[in-house]
Amino acid sequence: MVNHAKNAEAFNQDEARTNWHDETLWFVREKRDKASGQIPEWEALRELASGIKDHTLSKLDVYLEEFEKKATENGIKVHWAVDAQAHNEKVFEILSDHGVKRIVKSKSMLTEECHLNPYLEEKGIEVVDTDLGERIVQLAEDTPSHIVLPAIHLKKEEVGEVFHNRIGTDKGASDPYYLTEAARQHLRQQFLTADAAITGVNFAIAETGGIVICTNEGNADMGVHTQNVHIACMGIEKIIPRAEHLGVFLRLLARSATGQHLTVYTSHLHKPKEGSELHVILVDNGRTEQLGRPDFRNSLKCIRCGACMNTCPIYRRSGGHSYGSTIPGPIGAILSPGYDLEKYSSLPFASTLCGSCSDVCPVKIDIHTQLYKWRQVAGAEGHIAGSKKRAMRFMGMVFGSPHFYRKVGRLMRRAARFMPNKWIYNRRNVWGKSREIPPMPKESFRDWYMKNRLGNGK
Amino acid sequence: MESRSTILAAVRANKPGEVALPSIRTIERNEISNCTDTFKNLVQAIGGKVEEIQYNEVQETVERLFPDAKYTASGTKRYKGTIQLEHITDPKALENLDVFVCRGLLGVAENGAVWLPESAIVHRVAPFITQHMVVVLNESTILEDMHAAYDEIDVAEYGFGFFMAGPSKTADIEQSLVHGAHGPRSLTVLLLKTL
Ligand code: SF4
Repeated sequence: MVNHAKNAEAFNQDEARTNWHDETLWFVREKRDKASGQIPEWEALRELASGIKDHTLSKLDVYLEEFEKKATENGIKVHWAVDAQAHNEKVFEILSDHGVKRIVKSKSMLTEECHLNPYLEEKGIEVVDTDLGERIVQLAEDTPSHIVLPAIHLKKEEVGEVFHNRIGTDKGASDPYYLTEAARQHLRQQFLTADAAITGVNFAIAETGGIVICTNEGNADMGVHTQNVHIACMGIEKIIPRAEHLGVFLRLLARSATGQHLTVYTSHLHKPKEGSELHVILVDNGRTEQLGRPDFRNSLKCIRCGACMNTCPIYRRSGGHSYGSTIPGPIGAILSPGYDLEKYSSLPFASTLCGSCSDVCPVKIDIHTQLYKWRQVAGAEGHIAGSKKRAMRFMGMVFGSPHFYRKVGRLMRRAARFMPNKWIYNRRNVWGKSREIPPMPKESFRDWYMKNRLGNGK
Repeated sequence: MESRSTILAAVRANKPGEVALPSIRTIERNEISNCTDTFKNLVQAIGGKVEEIQYNEVQETVERLFPDAKYTASGTKRYKGTIQLEHITDPKALENLDVFVCRGLLGVAENGAVWLPESAIVHRVAPFITQHMVVVLNESTILEDMHAAYDEIDVAEYGFGFFMAGPSKTADIEQSLVHGAHGPRSLTVLLLKTL
């Protein structure tokens, strides 16, 4: 059971650090605003992206088969995996066929979701994450806290410490240039000595049977083009119908993610290089189930840009790890309950429902509406904490009867002035944490209106 | 095969009723009045360099820009490198490549990207493993945006092709931008002016 509120509280113990985290992510959000603001047709693009995804989901089987056919014709080996276990077993099977001992891996949230790294390591295969952020968290024996910026929770001094211990950089060195250069040298050796490459997939084109991978560092390409075996792992929702649709999604993706106009590298792979193998694994792992939930299937449109995290006031002030799920933030909070409602029932409550996530989402997922709906589901299935449930029931009674509402309001206006502070600020009343009660007005708006407007006949 | 039929059956059972595919032609695109200038500004903004030269000046320009380069290679006739790519079979042999020169097939004004298909780069790994990258681009190939680019190119024509927008970079350590993550540390676009 993930208790987001508790984890967030722990994160907030260090106020200066929480503020730093908050500001760093807000800075990324501002870059996104600047980049999207330069495109007058931005809203039309979002609408189009959302429409293309809606269409694709409604014919997903057709496009998956088309992709499989075209990709196979291109010389790509296509595999299917119902769940994480089937996926991991497939990866291992391919690697053992080639006697692989060490792989270089670029960022793939899917392989995180399937816990591929520990699985392979248990089987004696060394996994080297090559995205700098992922390598940092891997060396730190930590997990990514953001889908685009995996090490956003770490300070450069901490990265310096990890690098000093693991790859021998100077003690106390924390200059990002120095550390990045050290990682470049260290990872180059890995690229040159590995036996196979694993990558994620950003888009798979049904029409042409190819895959598209976006990176800024060039690590996916370094891995793929130096190795003779490449396994690309993708969720089945990554399919798009045609190559021309890339124009729409790519114009949105990097601008939404980091405020860049395009990622540095946008690689299109249609055939393995001569003498090499290219495998694509199509993974379900709960996606078809989500497809069957009308209220939540929209979440499958996600292109993993991370914008909803950067903008979320809760994410920014609670950190990615507080969600306890592979994908954190607003999108994680609507995807995770689909996998395990009991475990992740607190996530839909990790939101103010301000709607900022839905406003920035490049594919127009109604994230905050889904958060609200998951709350209903969690409530109906009895996954709400007793204190919250009792408070909710009482508030429901109050708001459900105008008469009772007025009575309680009158009572509270009077009582609040004399109420001991302890009633509000105590351990049992979680509402009182970091909140100030505003001064009570003498009369309600209704009373004021009756007197000043209706009463005057205006 | 069991996974395949299970997944496809589940999709069929769970997918919503068919939603029509919207046409991307409906989009009213922002007009870019001067594609070359916009492209040049963007390449520079994302950390690249632009030099405007004549078509017969590629060799001397690269030599001027990288006087200390020891190992160089090329995918274009306009530049002769020290390594002959056709003779390389193991991509890892390009480990010490200092400069790689190739032709870009088109440029994109809205984001400063260039399209580099496999035919232009000879070895897939060359433009990534090299320390510095030089792209020769005809000014006349610069298009407005990604829609125009995808109208022009056939992504499946070659086994591999990519857009490159600026030199390799990362901001994974406290959001500090550093060029030269894994790929080239610099990107220079040699723009051949249309006469
Ligand atoms: S839900 Fe939308 S904003 Fe969030 S990561 Fe996915 S595409 Fe981006």
